[in-house]
Amino acid sequence: MYRYDEFDHTIVRERVDQFRDQVARRLSGELTEEEFRPLRLMNGLYLQLHAYMLRVAIPYGTLSSKQMRMLAHIARRYDRGYGHFTTRQNIQYNWPNLEDVPDLLADMASVEMHAIQTSGNCIRNVTADPYAGVATDELEDSRIYAEIIRQWSTLHPEFSFLPRKFKIAVSGAPIDRAAVRFHDIGLQMRQNTRGELGFGVLVGGGQGRTPVIAQTIKDFLPKQDLLSYLEAILRVYNMLGRRDNIYKARIKFLVNEIGRDKFAALVEEEWERIRGGALDLHRDEINRIRAYFRPALYELITEQESAYDTARRSDREFDRWCASNILPHKQPGYGIVNISLKPVGKAPGDATADQMDVIAELAELYSFDELRVTHKQNVVLGHVRLADLHSVWQQLDAAMLATANIGLASDIIACPGLDYCNLANARSIPVAQKINERFSDPEQLARIGQIRINISGCINACGHHHVGDIGILGVDRRGEEYYQITLGGDPADNAAIGESIGPSFSYDEIVDAVETVISTFEGVRETGKTFANTWRRVGATPFKENLYGPTRK
Amino acid sequence: MALLVSNRLIDESWHHLDDKADSTGTDKNIVSVEQWLRDRDTLIARSDKLGIILMSDQPPGLIEADIKRFDVICLDFPKFTDGRAYSYARLLRDKYGFTGELRAVGNVLRDQLAFMKRCGIDTFEVSDGVDARDWSTAFSEISVRYQEANDNANVARQNNSTSDEEIAGNWSY
Repeated sequence: MYRYDEFDHTIVRERVDQFRDQVARRLSGELTEEEFRPLRLMNGLYLQLHAYMLRVAIPYGTLSSKQMRMLAHIARRYDRGYGHFTTRQNIQYNWPNLEDVPDLLADMASVEMHAIQTSGNCIRNVTADPYAGVATDELEDSRIYAEIIRQWSTLHPEFSFLPRKFKIAVSGAPIDRAAVRFHDIGLQMRQNTRGELGFGVLVGGGQGRTPVIAQTIKDFLPKQDLLSYLEAILRVYNMLGRRDNIYKARIKFLVNEIGRDKFAALVEEEWERIRGGALDLHRDEINRIRAYFRPALYELITEQESAYDTARRSDREFDRWCASNILPHKQPGYGIVNISLKPVGKAPGDATADQMDVIAELAELYSFDELRVTHKQNVVLGHVRLADLHSVWQQLDAAMLATANIGLASDIIACPGLDYCNLANARSIPVAQKINERFSDPEQLARIGQIRINISGCINACGHHHVGDIGILGVDRRGEEYYQITLGGDPADNAAIGESIGPSFSYDEIVDAVETVISTFEGVRETGKTFANTWRRVGATPFKENLYGPTRK
Repeated sequence: MALLVSNRLIDESWHHLDDKADSTGTDKNIVSVEQWLRDRDTLIARSDKLGIILMSDQPPGLIEADIKRFDVICLDFPKFTDGRAYSYARLLRDKYGFTGELRAVGNVLRDQLAFMKRCGIDTFEVSDGVDARDWSTAFSEISVRYQEANDNANVARQNNSTSDEEIAGNWSY
């Protein structure tokens, strides 16, 4: 967990004072709503369907117990007792009053939290592998680099009025869990032939209306050049990105328009000019940031955890939860615990204040006081002793937090949809809830296996439907909510954008249609194969036939 | 319009030359890039002091060879959301070595001042009614910064003791 110093405190505190003054000037009428808009957006405050929505930054998704308790306090004091964890590893509150926001931000600042750059046309909250620092396969802890980027990009004077928002993701492992191919910049750590660590740099990925898979512009960027190279990319984009049409303003359009090679050459030219200068990351600087992440003091566990094995053998439900929600940890005797925020009948990613307190308590007692929010809208206890798992599970279960469905059909990503968002065409949350109910039988979930069902309420794709095995997109058909199904999307190493399978389905039909897709998959799959694998083998035909009837020859 | 320099407003003494006028106006003319490219030699011959304005779609590379001839370069912000000129300012300072007055014009708002200054802009064209004391607090609302920019040249400038006012003062308003 990153430890903030006086420097970090000062910037957050002063930002709160600055925003308090901006809100006062808005409330007094000195600022028009149009003038206030970019200022509030610089601080995560959106005007939504019913009220203001505040998005709070959780840098690369990492939180302490104290911070999680503060999120619970904010939910109780300023909202309606809950918060919504997002696909950006952040949290959103849907009901704060504008007048209260400065006090809310001051409360958050007391635990080093803020809403800086959670919206607006600036460099957004940097995201990372939710299992950074604990995964068995990683080359290096990606949070160190995410933190370095966070600092560099915070209140960056040159890049606060970009053509459009800008998202950066970092992966420190060969298996991509940060969706680096779907970000404006994706950084994939790798080793060169001399054994040195650096980054493959990808640009121009993204979802939204025009989904694009990022392209590599640099195969190997030495670590020390990270910031100068990022600055070169951002400068080229800031000067050349389109500003006449917000739907064509993301960096992906620039890269596409001038071509990857030309874009890479422009970046290279600017980078050659500035590399080795003030932005050079010396090993001392990397080590300084690394030292700010307090290492977990693991116990050396050499024997088999017999209590854990016994509990799994004797408690069927616990065993099921372990099978789906626990991942192997780099440290023997520990596990990575995924807490599902997708119980039957609830909005994906929502947590009540009481649940947040329970999670905070468990992190404090069992997981070195540290939590992560995942882009799948779940929460992770990074390092729990296997011997403690049964007790942790019981406490989670008592708080309705022990749903055993991580990565399974009911672990659905969904945007807030028409229930909250003024961009949406259709509701997302009730569709997610209905699918979740349909696939609530644990045997059935286990049989189907790993599958991604992602739901967006409109083409802006906040629910990541483009990269779902099954993507569901809400559309408006003559004032009625309809849902289009896309199949075969993949956010990770075999990145793919889902393919539309045919005409859309009504609100009443969509859950049956999803079930048809899944039963078709089960019918044609070879033993043990995933949906993605099966889709690549059999293609669209069997799904189309079962959804729409046999195709005419 | 008035000019905000550090924490006070001063009267503008430069003359924005109308695009259609010939380039024979008074000294201290601010000309467009188009005028410059058209009447460059006349302007150099007749003007003691030269100024130019870069619109937001006119990167400084357009006048690369002449940059050091100018006493003032104005950067236009047509809308405060158009942030191209922040990069132009940095290029002018870092890449082209421009040491004269960099001036923000157009939709210059209080809450952008600190960012502009950090990118190397010294003076700000604002409405006459602006409360200079209040606006100048915008420069110090955030006292610490994470990243290098052109006000680290600022630190260096403190070392060789050239203040903003001295820079602006070079051009006797």
